[in-house]
Amino acid sequence: MSDKITPILMPKWGLSMKSGTLSAWHVEEGAEIVPGDEIMDIETDKIANAVEASDGGLLRRRVGQEGEIYPVRALLGLMAPESVPDSEIDAYIDAYEMPEIEDDEDEGLVDQVVELGIGRIRYSERAGEGTPIVLIHGFGGDLDNWLFNMDALAESAPVYALDLPGHGQSVKAVAEPGLKTLVAAVIEFLDHLDITKAHLVGHSLGGLIAGRIALDDSERVQSLALICSAGLGAEINLDYIDGFVAAASRRDLKPVLRHLFADEGLVTRSMVNDLLKFKRIDGVQAYLESLRDDVFGGGQQSVHVADQLGQLGIPVQVIWGAEDAIIPQAHAVAIAGANVTILQDAGHMVMMERASEVNDLITSQL
Amino acid sequence: MAREISIKDAINEAIDQEMGRDPTVIMMGEDIVGGAGSPGEDDAWGGPLGVTKGLYHKHPDQMIDTPLSESAYVGAAIGAATCGLRPIAELMFIDFMGVCLDQIFNQAAKFRYMFGGKAETPVVIRAMCGAGFRAAAQHSQMLTPVLTHIPGLKVVCPSNAYDAKGLLIQSIRDNDPVIFLEHKALYDAQTDVPEEPYSIPFAEANIVREGSDVTIATYGMMVPKSVEAADMVKADGIDVEIIDLRTLSPIDMETVLESVEETGRLVCVDEANPRCSIASDVSSTVAQEAFDALQAPIQMVTAPHAPVPFSPALEDLYIPSAARIADAVRTCMGSRS
Amino acid sequence: MSENPFPLEKDALLAAYRRMKTIREFEERLHVDFGRGEIPGFVHLYAGEEAAGVGIMMHLKDHDRIASTHRGHGHCIAKGVDPADMMAEIYGKSTGSCAGKGGSMHIADLSKGMMGANGILGAGAPLACGAALAAQKLGHDGVAITFFGDGASNQGTVLESMNLAAIWNLPAIFVVENNGYAESTSVDYAVASDSYVDRATGFGMPGITVDGTDFFAVYEAAGEVIRRAREGGGPSLLECKMIRFFGHFEGDAQTYRAPGENEDNRAHRDCIKMYRAKIVDSGVIDNDELDAIDAEVMTVIEDAVQHAMSSPMPGLSDLTTDVYVSY
Repeated sequence: MSDKITPILMPKWGLSMKSGTLSAWHVEEGAEIVPGDEIMDIETDKIANAVEASDGGLLRRRVGQEGEIYPVRALLGLMAPESVPDSEIDAYIDAYEMPEIEDDEDEGLVDQVVELGIGRIRYSERAGEGTPIVLIHGFGGDLDNWLFNMDALAESAPVYALDLPGHGQSVKAVAEPGLKTLVAAVIEFLDHLDITKAHLVGHSLGGLIAGRIALDDSERVQSLALICSAGLGAEINLDYIDGFVAAASRRDLKPVLRHLFADEGLVTRSMVNDLLKFKRIDGVQAYLESLRDDVFGGGQQSVHVADQLGQLGIPVQVIWGAEDAIIPQAHAVAIAGANVTILQDAGHMVMMERASEVNDLITSQL
Repeated sequence: MAREISIKDAINEAIDQEMGRDPTVIMMGEDIVGGAGSPGEDDAWGGPLGVTKGLYHKHPDQMIDTPLSESAYVGAAIGAATCGLRPIAELMFIDFMGVCLDQIFNQAAKFRYMFGGKAETPVVIRAMCGAGFRAAAQHSQMLTPVLTHIPGLKVVCPSNAYDAKGLLIQSIRDNDPVIFLEHKALYDAQTDVPEEPYSIPFAEANIVREGSDVTIATYGMMVPKSVEAADMVKADGIDVEIIDLRTLSPIDMETVLESVEETGRLVCVDEANPRCSIASDVSSTVAQEAFDALQAPIQMVTAPHAPVPFSPALEDLYIPSAARIADAVRTCMGSRS
Repeated sequence: MSENPFPLEKDALLAAYRRMKTIREFEERLHVDFGRGEIPGFVHLYAGEEAAGVGIMMHLKDHDRIASTHRGHGHCIAKGVDPADMMAEIYGKSTGSCAGKGGSMHIADLSKGMMGANGILGAGAPLACGAALAAQKLGHDGVAITFFGDGASNQGTVLESMNLAAIWNLPAIFVVENNGYAESTSVDYAVASDSYVDRATGFGMPGITVDGTDFFAVYEAAGEVIRRAREGGGPSLLECKMIRFFGHFEGDAQTYRAPGENEDNRAHRDCIKMYRAKIVDSGVIDNDELDAIDAEVMTVIEDAVQHAMSSPMPGLSDLTTDVYVSY
């Protein structure tokens, strides 16, 4: 087989993804693809998103048909230079072993659980070389917020993402809900995994946590990437926070979640259902209320780390979605000396909406 | 943490967690522990299908075996519910409600109204329902319409383990009488269920599958059958939306109406007999409220107007099959197979 | 002042008289007003049976529960439910005990331990078992009493409940109010056993039969079975043989009775007259004191009727409320 042929495969977004629907192609056969181009839309039962090319090349064949369901790693298309004859393309396709849709937990790639002093913490790990990247989600989020980032980042470094206490599948009974407890929990988590040095990547409230750790334990932090981060200014969309905390039904929650994305169509029923499942667990409601009161009490952000981070001397990358409706992008320039990138056509969940740019920005600082 | 467990285990876990949380939660029923006063083992049965197995050893003061006296112990559960307990009474089979219906529909259901709003009766009556066990006419019925007819009762019928746990916890915490129906053919069906206690509010249908051509409104055992049917008609290019009603009183008609406004077609699937059923109820509401959206006559797939037969050959004909549901969907689309 | 030969202090003797008299005048007034067409629906009167209800209820506190019958006015008043609220309820008014939604057959006041009159015969027995079970599980000394007539004594619910109470050793008391007639049908025809005590024995519980027109006989027997239940001794049956002054329901021509039966009962077997005679004859209570109570009771009943008649009817906005706590 020619090593000049580059396959385009069905991606795997998160552990539960077994298959996806190729809802639309964005490139025609014969078109030149540049890395980062949106080449197709894929929809799973959890999420819909555009697939961005990780490699470039000439699209020779669209194997996947629009509207069809394909298993993870199924061959959807082929890129190759013009010099590769059609016969070789055909042969590649014939020889490609289409995977079955898996029914069981696969590849040993399962989330892990650790019992810490704070309680149970769920995390996900991708092996790699070098100083690890640790991903910290925001208020009401979980490690699946990094669905489009983990695998890509793992090409450059080991990656860890955790569910914060009170979130996702980590412990729900948290004694003193608040920023302090979350910071302590992440440090305990890093200690447990013997991570003495890390690139911390934080989204929203997770950015504030990352910043706080950098200030409290600067030896531990190699660099910071703060995505639509809290802690850099006073304003926060309390309507969103309160709406998220109060929402008790699909009908209440869906419009609230739309604030998170520039493209509201990304809020799928499954995303709403998963969040409702989380919110309906005993104690979560009270936890979220307490956490909100601690960090956003009085109608605005109560903890500010921008000035101190500017003086710390650690490399800081700030990434913002231009259409962030939760925390204003004006906060992006609050840290002196930070690299600031504002990404267009993206909202608060910029690491999902502009995944490949965000991944590139993070790896550029490693 | 979520893990895959069966409906049976989800129900056991819900009762276990609620009994642990609240000592006023008690449960009574026939052989729910098993072996009471007998010379053999304690906790000999845990119910005829082992659903409550192990609960006695964890909560010995809260698990009470009863004599075969449905009127007395279901009534006692209802009386106790007005006196500070949160009892769960297990009717082994919903068919047995015939011998204690007075306590359910004249007492529990009516206290609050008859007493001018001054009573709360937080009782749960759990019962197995449904056909498919070759158990014949008195152990196989889907009596949901009889129960939804009665103001004052809430009626719940989950189709998967996640819903079973969350809806049972909600039922136990609810301050009205709740009839919680467990389809015996679904007990071993597994889904992801969080270990933590959680509750699912009533009157919130679950959209099991999104689709654009036909809406199926159903519940209980007919949910997996409808999914099977939806897979069958996919080959014909028909995209089916499946709504699991989950709670039948209160019922989330809004989700059905919203769906029909999009699809323009409705198939109501109900394991109950057809007259005055959940299927006919949903049909009539949609005909009243969303007539203009309908592009085809509403189809109903139900059991026939006959008791549940014993012979496997007959029972298989009696229970609505995926093929019958698929046919109704095709009819709705204007094409027959 | 004479020595008090009775098991109750003077205040309690007067209180018992006041309760019995209140029941009697409440029912007499209803009889008249029903005849005038003022009262909607079915009404079943307790007049003549007061000594039984009051003799038992004198032992009870609010946390003790009773499950009553279709003939429940007497039980309600004896258990402490407000007569004015009751009267308004019977008139179907929004100020009634049940906001006009229950009526005569469904008066309840859980705060007083009154679990409800009940239109279904024998339905109270399982409910009382539940109340007794709750007392047992919650660890308080409350007892639960279910009243039923000789008619309902044949219901399966009653017999199942006696078995349940016995095997669980519940603090439950089964009171048979035997007035000789199940609607129009004689107890001699409808009840197989000659003795309710035998039925109790069959379920392994003590049974006592008393003259239900004799307040003191009821009071003493009830005291014994209630004490036993409170102390964990389990259930008992108490049969009160008594007299119903009126028909099964208002409007019953009572043609099943022997000629002169009602007149004879009124003349010779009126439990209140007999009680009054006893306490006056003993010298413990003066007629004056009782006359004063009589006058006060008449005022209470008149006020109750005025309150009921002047209260508003419930309206459309009340039609579908109180069906559920939440829906």
